[in-house]
Amino acid sequence: MATAATMRRCEITGLSVDRSAERLIMLNAVTAVVYLTIGGVLALLIALTRWQAVHLLAPQRFYEFVSTHGMVMLIFWILFFEVAGLIFASTVLLSTRMVIPWLSWIAYLMMLGGSVIATVLMLSGQATVMFTSYPPLRAETPWYYAAVLVFAVGAILAVVHFFVNIVAARLRGDVGSLPLFTFALMGAAIIALWSLLSGALALFPVFLWALGVIPEVDPGIYRLLYWGLGHGAQQVNLAAMVGVWYGLASLTTGARPLNEGLSRIAIVLYVLFINMGAMHHLLVDPGLGTWVKNVNASYFMYAAVMGSLIHAFSIPASMELALRERGYRRGLFEWLRRAPWGEPGFAALVVSMILFGLLGGISGVIIGGPQVNMISHNTLLVPAHFHMTVVAGTTLAFMGIAYYLVPLIFQRQLLFRRLAQWQPYVYGLGMLIFGIGMGLAGHWGVPRRHWDITFSTAPVLGVNLQELRPEIAVFLAMMGIGGIIAVIGGAMFVAVAVATVFVGQRTARPAVGRIVPEAFSPYPAIAGGSGEPAAAAAHRTFEVPGTLVISVVFLILFIFLYGFSWFELSRVPWKIG
Amino acid sequence: MASRVSALAKPRGVWWEGLGRDERLWVWLTVIWGIAMFLMIAFVWPLIGEEQNRLHAYRVDPATFASQAEAFIQQYQIGQRDGVPVVAPPPGGDVYLDARAFAWQPVIQLKRGETYRFLISSRDVQHGFSLVMPPHSINVQVLPGYVTVLELTPEKTGEFPLICNEYCGLGHHLMIGRIIVTE
Repeated sequence: MATAATMRRCEITGLSVDRSAERLIMLNAVTAVVYLTIGGVLALLIALTRWQAVHLLAPQRFYEFVSTHGMVMLIFWILFFEVAGLIFASTVLLSTRMVIPWLSWIAYLMMLGGSVIATVLMLSGQATVMFTSYPPLRAETPWYYAAVLVFAVGAILAVVHFFVNIVAARLRGDVGSLPLFTFALMGAAIIALWSLLSGALALFPVFLWALGVIPEVDPGIYRLLYWGLGHGAQQVNLAAMVGVWYGLASLTTGARPLNEGLSRIAIVLYVLFINMGAMHHLLVDPGLGTWVKNVNASYFMYAAVMGSLIHAFSIPASMELALRERGYRRGLFEWLRRAPWGEPGFAALVVSMILFGLLGGISGVIIGGPQVNMISHNTLLVPAHFHMTVVAGTTLAFMGIAYYLVPLIFQRQLLFRRLAQWQPYVYGLGMLIFGIGMGLAGHWGVPRRHWDITFSTAPVLGVNLQELRPEIAVFLAMMGIGGIIAVIGGAMFVAVAVATVFVGQRTARPAVGRIVPEAFSPYPAIAGGSGEPAAAAAHRTFEVPGTLVISVVFLILFIFLYGFSWFELSRVPWKIG
Repeated sequence: MASRVSALAKPRGVWWEGLGRDERLWVWLTVIWGIAMFLMIAFVWPLIGEEQNRLHAYRVDPATFASQAEAFIQQYQIGQRDGVPVVAPPPGGDVYLDARAFAWQPVIQLKRGETYRFLISSRDVQHGFSLVMPPHSINVQVLPGYVTVLELTPEKTGEFPLICNEYCGLGHHLMIGRIIVTE
């Protein structure tokens, strides 16, 4: 079957590319970007409604759009892109064949069909049940649940095919140890498998209930199963993003992970412990005991957080070492000053890591404690947290790697390079303002998924939260303005991607920078540097002093914010419990 | 030292090696910090904090809960506010809070410094109990068929808006209640 005609050799990376894998990567990636665009337009309209001074949409439209935005962004955009990534990591990157192309086609068609129907139903107001679709709130039509289930089964098939590809490559002898990028995506795929199964287990009874086959669904048990998907899917994003971070570090600075084993252990920590994060949504639910909450909320002893902290160190450390090897050795930070800040992938990596770590990660640990959760559950602080992780972190990292993989896979010259260079900074600035505004509004008690915190249409007992504390208006304005800037940043990415795919000049050798070819080679030649090891006196002194300083500063900030959150809890003017 | 390889390439040969000095230091810091955070939520705060997550819960038939809440309102009602009954439960007693789309019933009047046991449930869909006192709020989940039991001691007088922070339908933003704390 594997005839020469079905494979091409990439002139830049030297990888053998299976044509059918390539087609499916393109299809999934393009579909992902279409959903990103839809979700981005909805994001703008939602942000302009929550910005109370603008208050753009009518209530019903607002709730429909929040429902659609949640599904389109958190599930459709990101899973289509991840499936593209899974196919890439399990075929192209290993120079191996796609084993069962028709399985990937079925997976794609199921995901496409399910997602299109679900999106249409949500936009037409027949499934205004939010991303979470908590029973006994019922969608107008049971077919919404069916559509989501079809999508989930399609995604499960795509994940299964990933494993089939890897096992087959292994049996054929095409691969021994997996590249770290593929290893991280394998972690993501394992998490994806049980999250999708948990989601299907939650939604199937709801579908039967909506059809009238079973009389009721227990809302507490639904929440437990549902969050296996709701949070689990975000942990898929986390593991995939970390893989992309390592990939971007290699693509833009020629970085080679400092300690292969340590980075892989950190990914295994995700697989073993991060599923416990699903319980973060149930910390103030009735029905669960204190110790279930304590153990799960802490990912048991924060083993998964440890995984993230290891990556937060390893990735900059590997870049520091690579840049030091290139000759930038003076002081603690010459390597950082001379880093390729104008390279879109590097900019995306740095902005993504900073926003994910500082705002997304720390806020997640803080509100994931059972006590502090009482002052943050279902406030805007929760979406502020996951916009920093999934939007500023994962989405930006995916955009960053697209600047390299789109030209290589589509064999097109990247268009609007200037726009791509600025894009991560514009997007990051927007998300920073947005996230801080949204987080502060949440801390001040502003609820999520709420049309009007001035309660101007409430028939009784009305109260205006903005009059209670005027600074809330400022926070919501920050959310609106930051949202506009971020949407502009997102549109810049879509413009570059769409232009490149459809009108970029066809070429077998797209310009992707001189480091890219060596990033795919197991025998790296150090381009531009003298080639001698950076740390001549290895083990007498620190190899990556700059990264250690950055990491320790980050940890101090983490400790400070963590302590501050307990201080804030202690200032609640009521005693609880 | 094993040769290191790009994250996008297949490592060859034996790549497993011990941790360098930098990594050892960092890994120890993260282990210590992880354990410190766990001790904080599991043991330290439960000893020193005044705000504890000690929710209890029991299952209930929504109709039963509704009639218990009605009886509670009848027994302790002291007036009305915007047509919503205002009740003043005895200090130290139980407070039934009845959620439905789109209202919290009743308005509750409490005495500062007294501890009350809140019994919160829903008649229809899921709701979110959110007592707003900017820059803070107290939030718990409310499910039909379950009673969320929460002990609260108000230590500040005033009026506290009670809003819903779990989407409960197209009138979600109309759902509001009130807790009044007096001396």
